[in-house]
Amino acid sequence: MSFSSIAIAGLVMFGLGVTLAVTLAVAHRKFYVYEDPRIDEIEEMLPRNNCGACGTGGCRAFAEALVSGKLTPGSCTVSTPEIKEAIAAHLGVDVGAQEKRVARLACAGGRNVAWVRGRYAGVESCRAAALIAGGGKGCAWGCLGLGDCQRACDFNAITMNVHGLPVVNDERCTACNACVEECPRDLFSLQPVSHHLWVACKNQAPEDQAKRECEVACVACGRCEADSPGGVVMVVNHLAVVDYSKNLLASKVAIQRCPTGAIVWIEESGEIMKGPEAKKVTRKSPLPIAQETVARM
Amino acid sequence: MKKVAVNLLKKEKRTFAHGVHPPECKEATAGRPIRRLAFPPQVIVPLQQHTGVPAVPVVREGQEVVRGEPIAKAGGFVSVPMHAPVTGVVHYIGLGPSPTGAMTPSIFIKAYPGATQEILYGAPREIDRMTPEELVLAVQDTGMVGLGGAAFPTHVKLAVPKGKQVDTLIINGCECEPYLTTDHRVMIERAEDILAGVVVAARAVGAQRVIAGVEDNKPDAVEALKSALTRCPLQTEVIPLPTKYPQGAEKMLTKALLGREVPSGGLPVDIGTVIMNVATLAQIGDLLPKHQGLIERVVTITGPGVLKPGNYLMPLGTPLWFALEYAGFTGKANQVVFGGPMMGMAISSLATPITKGVTGIVAFTEPVGDGAERPVYPCIKCGSCVDACPIHLNPSRLGLLARKGQYQAMEEEFHLNDCFECGCCSFVCPSGIPLVHYFRVAKTANRQRRAREKAAASSGGNS
Repeated sequence: MSFSSIAIAGLVMFGLGVTLAVTLAVAHRKFYVYEDPRIDEIEEMLPRNNCGACGTGGCRAFAEALVSGKLTPGSCTVSTPEIKEAIAAHLGVDVGAQEKRVARLACAGGRNVAWVRGRYAGVESCRAAALIAGGGKGCAWGCLGLGDCQRACDFNAITMNVHGLPVVNDERCTACNACVEECPRDLFSLQPVSHHLWVACKNQAPEDQAKRECEVACVACGRCEADSPGGVVMVVNHLAVVDYSKNLLASKVAIQRCPTGAIVWIEESGEIMKGPEAKKVTRKSPLPIAQETVARM
Repeated sequence: MKKVAVNLLKKEKRTFAHGVHPPECKEATAGRPIRRLAFPPQVIVPLQQHTGVPAVPVVREGQEVVRGEPIAKAGGFVSVPMHAPVTGVVHYIGLGPSPTGAMTPSIFIKAYPGATQEILYGAPREIDRMTPEELVLAVQDTGMVGLGGAAFPTHVKLAVPKGKQVDTLIINGCECEPYLTTDHRVMIERAEDILAGVVVAARAVGAQRVIAGVEDNKPDAVEALKSALTRCPLQTEVIPLPTKYPQGAEKMLTKALLGREVPSGGLPVDIGTVIMNVATLAQIGDLLPKHQGLIERVVTITGPGVLKPGNYLMPLGTPLWFALEYAGFTGKANQVVFGGPMMGMAISSLATPITKGVTGIVAFTEPVGDGAERPVYPCIKCGSCVDACPIHLNPSRLGLLARKGQYQAMEEEFHLNDCFECGCCSFVCPSGIPLVHYFRVAKTANRQRRAREKAAASSGGNS
């Protein structure tokens, strides 16, 4: 190998390097996009769960919305108040008030109170069970208790209790909507903590049938409707419904005479209060399978 | 030797690739003539027994109805009316049990115990003079849906879309599902009605040729159909097909009889054919000239859980408990299925009514107690399901994706929506993986996701 061939190879590589470097330098100038450096800084400060509870596609999109002023730091449901204040101070904007919302389950029919008319054996998932004759639960609206919501929750806010009902830890719940989308029975909804009155039932069957299906079902007796002022509670399709547009009128009087405890009062601490006349359930064991829950109409 | 090979080739030509051979279990009821079930004390008529829009009630609570009278009108074009299955009184209109387990709007009719249950409604009419469009409307008036199980409104099938032509009417007499023998008995006992139905259907769709496909495990049905169809004015042919599951599926039948394949996402009408089940044709042939509605159907009640298995003609809306009691229910069944074991639905309530799409009631007695479940092992990638799938999907890969929740990839990359849930893959899986169940979960999840995206898009557009 002669000296010249080494020199040629070296020169070619050198020339190539110079050309590409010049191209890159030109491209860097020509195609430069200015990005607000604050977006990166804000994204660093956010929890980066990418849960989407704020309504944007993720924490990056939320940071962009913050910097452009479309949203306020208070819209993030996961960050602690300190983080929100830090972000607000960093951007020089107002924190923005955002009432805490939590996921609530519209069912209280655990295995100890809700009758089952068929045993489901198959894939352990509510969605799969709902496809096989409604999962065998007597109530066609009730919680199937196989824990799809627990698996969907990224914040470990949902645990299944001994009766097979999901319990939401209000402290941990970030109102990200994952459980709402997952539940095949549409039992979860996001509620501001100021919504104290809550109907923990979705059974739309007539009174006698609802009673046969579940011991804590709303039997549409109408006492809550009669007691509560201003039409806060109304019975629609054999089910009590709270009109939250009149939430300021809501009071504990609505739950006083409920015979089954289907309508409850939830304190902001998360404590659930039933009325004094509500049926006391002391049973701990699951109810047996019973075809009699279905009337031979 | 050569002859055998030629025969094999010939035989090969008249079927489809893949499929399975489940035990037939038809001997208990195949020889039993159709018998009428007693009238139940109450019938429950769900307003949605068909694919499409629910029917709209035209009766009020407390109103008396006679057998055959319309009680609900069609809610749109892809919808059918309902007729009173018994003479009695409408005592409740509200939510009632349905085979899917959900509570759906239904009409409850209490039968009069002393009524003669004569069909007093209807008037003879000349169907020979009707145009195809009039025939389609007349078929809608009868409330006919596909009686083979899918319950798709028949008149929608008969209304050939503009720009499409139909050259062949296929008569589906396969009944490949184990245990069921309703179509078998209908072909033997009601071949005349089938002939009348064929003439109507062929005229409505403009078909020049009629081909009947019957599985070769029913030689008596082949003979009955052959002798009836000789009197058909059109060119007819009855072809015995090898017994294989799912020979009765539309896509498999067109492939076997015509050698044409229905395109992915398409309908048989796209390849110039319309497929009708024999029971549907028999009912059209019977009801259309009399201007009456569909109020009863033949249901096979069988399985180890009943003492008197048979083929029963029963009013629509008969509660399951009544039908089972009549057939000598032992009370020992652990699982009751509407339809057959391959594609049927397990039922959780004895109050569930018989709907237009119920082909059979099978009561199983296998122990299903705690610990007796079929264990599920991991996929060993043996490929049995790939060899069984009649539409050439890869159920193994689909199943693995479903376990991971990759529902969108299943649909977009592995043609999940072409799966018609025949159950062949679950049947052959040596690991006992409930593949079809996974696929159904994936399909509902995808449907929900699309609905959410649509809602988000429309609300975004408004704001």
